[in-house]
Amino acid sequence: MKNEMSLEFSSVSENEAFARVTVAAFITQLDPTMDELTEIKTVVSEAVTNAIIHGYNNESNHKIFITCILQDDEIELTIKDNGIGISDISEAREPLYTSKPEMERSGMGFTIIENFMDSVEVISSLDQGTTVYMTKQLSKTKTVYN
Amino acid sequence: MGPGYNYNSVWLLPEHVLKDSSYRGGKNMGLHAMFDVKGDVLIVRLSGELDHHEAEVLRDKWKDMLYSNPVKHIILNLEDVSFMDSSGLGVVLGRYKEVIQLGGEMVVCSISPPVKRLFEMSGLFKIVRLEENEEYALATLGVAS
Repeated sequence: MKNEMSLEFSSVSENEAFARVTVAAFITQLDPTMDELTEIKTVVSEAVTNAIIHGYNNESNHKIFITCILQDDEIELTIKDNGIGISDISEAREPLYTSKPEMERSGMGFTIIENFMDSVEVISSLDQGTTVYMTKQLSKTKTVYN
Repeated sequence: MGPGYNYNSVWLLPEHVLKDSSYRGGKNMGLHAMFDVKGDVLIVRLSGELDHHEAEVLRDKWKDMLYSNPVKHIILNLEDVSFMDSSGLGVVLGRYKEVIQLGGEMVVCSISPPVKRLFEMSGLFKIVRLEENEEYALATLGVAS
């Protein structure tokens, strides 16, 4: 069965928690493990934070878009902004790289996303925005006893 | 919507929950920070969710406590942290740099498996020490709890 949902919300940091909790609530119907749920929440938090801080330079008058598609045991997650874009995507994806060191960014956002998802694709053009497209296959066999 | 319900940002919660004094309104998903000074150690106990939004507020409070008290070490107790992302790592890293300037050390304790994984992924355990609990962490810094 295929199931899909879309979210559109303002680029304010209060919505980081809203976004991850909402996506997590949507994927619970696939009966994910606690670890998988945490991973998805973390990934949503990272990508939405990137959109707010980097894509929109902390301006609150913009929109962030999330689409989540569930098919069988696979999650397709797309997080998109219409912000400034990334000039060098491979540099941005390097561990510990940050364009804003003065803001105490750890530079680990993309690294965490790549670790927690099966595939990550970043599409970006300057002054057009950035789309992060990710997939994750949930484990089919759940541990009943441990 | 019936009279027994109140709308809040994410969930519909029954009235008895909203009236419960332990329920902190719209802040139920936020972060709470408690600071304590023992000897030359600043103990920081966090509970809730540490993301970018919460990190900004925490950073200012934490810096203030670090520089307004005669301390040089930090023990970061993460026992009740239910969620953390890379913004949380950024705040920890920022305070680590300050504590090193003060000639001290940062010790993290009571960490949950998901948060521990995040620390491992970012290599933070190469610079901050991990101990099982606060009492033991204090002892290793020469302070009796």
